[in-house]
Amino acid sequence: MTIIDKTADVPAPRGSNDESGPLLEVRDLHVEFHTRDGVAKAVNGVNYNVSAGETLAVLGESGSGKSVTAQAIMGILDMPPGRIPKGEILFRGQDMLKMSNEERRQIRGQKIAMIFQDALSSLNPVLSVGYQLGEMFRVHKGMSKKDAKAKAIALMDRVRIPAAKERINDYPHQFSGGMRQRIMIAMALALEPDLIIADEPTTALDVTVQAQVMDLLAELQRDFNMGLILITHDLGVVADVADKIAVMYAGRIVETAPVHEIYKRPAHPYTKGLLESIPRLDQKGQELYAIKGLPPNLLHVPSGCAFNPRCTMAQDICRTDIPALLPVTERDGTELVGRGSACHFWKETIHG
Amino acid sequence: MGRYVARRLLQMIPVFLGSTMLVFAMMYALPGDPVRALAGEQTVDPAQIAAMKHKLGLDLPLWHQYWNYLTGLFHWDFGTEIASGRPVADTIADAFPITIRLALFAFLFTVIVGISMGVFAGLKADTLRDRGLLILTLLLISVPSFVLGFLGQYLFAFQLGWVDPNVSAEANWSELFLPAVVLGSLSLAYVARLTRTSVAENLRADYMRTAVAKGLPRRRVVGVHLMRNSMIPVVTFLGTDLGALLGGAVVTEGIFNVQGVGRAVFGALQHREGATVVGIVTLIVIVYLVTSLLVDLLYAVLDPRIRYA
Ligand SMILES: Nc1ncnc2c1ncn2[C@@H]1O[C@H](COP(=O)(O)OP(=O)(O)O)[C@@H](O)[C@H]1O
Ligand code: SF4
Ligand SMILES: [Mg+2]
Repeated sequence: MTIIDKTADVPAPRGSNDESGPLLEVRDLHVEFHTRDGVAKAVNGVNYNVSAGETLAVLGESGSGKSVTAQAIMGILDMPPGRIPKGEILFRGQDMLKMSNEERRQIRGQKIAMIFQDALSSLNPVLSVGYQLGEMFRVHKGMSKKDAKAKAIALMDRVRIPAAKERINDYPHQFSGGMRQRIMIAMALALEPDLIIADEPTTALDVTVQAQVMDLLAELQRDFNMGLILITHDLGVVADVADKIAVMYAGRIVETAPVHEIYKRPAHPYTKGLLESIPRLDQKGQELYAIKGLPPNLLHVPSGCAFNPRCTMAQDICRTDIPALLPVTERDGTELVGRGSACHFWKETIHG
Repeated sequence: MGRYVARRLLQMIPVFLGSTMLVFAMMYALPGDPVRALAGEQTVDPAQIAAMKHKLGLDLPLWHQYWNYLTGLFHWDFGTEIASGRPVADTIADAFPITIRLALFAFLFTVIVGISMGVFAGLKADTLRDRGLLILTLLLISVPSFVLGFLGQYLFAFQLGWVDPNVSAEANWSELFLPAVVLGSLSLAYVARLTRTSVAENLRADYMRTAVAKGLPRRRVVGVHLMRNSMIPVVTFLGTDLGALLGGAVVTEGIFNVQGVGRAVFGALQHREGATVVGIVTLIVIVYLVTSLLVDLLYAVLDPRIRYA
């Protein structure tokens, strides 16, 4: 049994890339929360990796452990109640979980930066945006207040905030939602990190603004040749931006694939369900498909395949045996590079 | 902002007039007569008393007396004490600085110790030290301050002999330490609790997660991002508290025999020295109004989301 924990090199990362090996590699990561009601197993053996210039989209319904995985990578998990009983998070080959607090802090913001979903609550309400942007340069680069301010203005220009110079001393609440998210992006970009994790960066925005912010993010990622982990529950936004996709369910990766293949031929019933629930122009007026049932209770994850209570293809084996993430092949056995599915019946799903 | 300050200052005028008038009327309504009291047990010619009252303007109707008092105030004349003939301004000048010093001392104690304790507990909410603070503050809140005062006096002055039970006329800082601690203890409990709750709440805020994700050192995450937000409700409370401390000082002064406004007001009430009482109360009201304005302005500085119009 080969368990896929590498989907590297395919498709070819955007932009030039002379680094060898992935930038970030998450290996068999487990995260659990010890709460009054019991132990919630939020992440149960996640494997994924990102190279420089590459965009990995992490997909899944809310509660599937996407954010918790990202927080574990950033080292901003609430511990306690959170705990990482098992796993490795390799950044440029070094396990960050074994680093000292100070070593990890040096990586945060400088090497790996994060963009959060709700920019209004994620920016400090009582500090000006200029201060919050400039802080990156003052703390990490030891710049003077004046230099940091100039840098902050340049950053705001870079993310195309109009009248940056005049607005540098404004506070987060004085900006529109889209502009605030641009400020978050600028802050993440400040020290030109190797990797950015964007956790649902457009979910809180108006539909009209979502595309602009997404385009900006994609453009900056290309220009700086950064790795990008784009977390979303919206399959619609990732098609143009991502190189590969990892679908999460109940704290596991259930399918991985290069982005366009997954739309054409999903190899997991859950992915299939997600795809069918995207609103489509050619099906206007028809009732939207929704996956039946609720996401699992993480205190009591169903035995076998966690998706089995909601899966139309479930058989007895699904209720007893946990399916491993196995390579997906063509009908004749040719390897489909970068593809994997954690379903006992992946063959039936992709070829049936 | 300028307009706001102007409006607030204008609003002080009716508050000032109302409070002085109220105290003035209360003094007028009190039984007893300062002029007759001058004579003591002796029987005096009623005509002589009437003449004296006329000279002091005490035979005029209330509104006229009040008017005379107000016009005097505009010339910085607080009136004259009937018994001693001493200007009320002198009494105030003697007593006020001592009380202000006591209240400020108590205020500083409240701010420094209360906030430190609150932050200490709030950073680790629901731990042993947090519970400890909760119990301590509950104790301070439930025990009346005069009990605390007598206890402190008994323990530190009479039993241990560390301090003098009475504060001398100079009322220097070291003498005022114990009275200030007693006076500030109730506020201290409130400040500590408020800070603790505010810190614990803000600790969970999204912007704190962002600050950590930016790779800022912990002392900056706590010292700048957490504190700037957590102090907003505390500052508001402290503003109203400074006035309350001035008022509370009156009781504490009695216990420790401090020669402040508490004693002055008490004495003036006994001798029906209306001008002294009104003068002191007026000053306390003004201090209260000014500090609350300052705090409101400080509030706007701390929280940019507040707009004054
Ligand atoms: N601080 C926490 N304490 C307890 N449980 C948590 C905490 N953070 C996340 N969880 C649990 O982890 C699960 C996964 O959450 P999350 O990763 O945020 O999902 P999503 O995929 O929507 O981002 C949630 O069901 C939640 O109950
Ligand atoms: S393993 Fe079984 S239950 Fe799980 S997705 Fe595949 S068919 Fe459905
Ligand atoms: Mg999430």
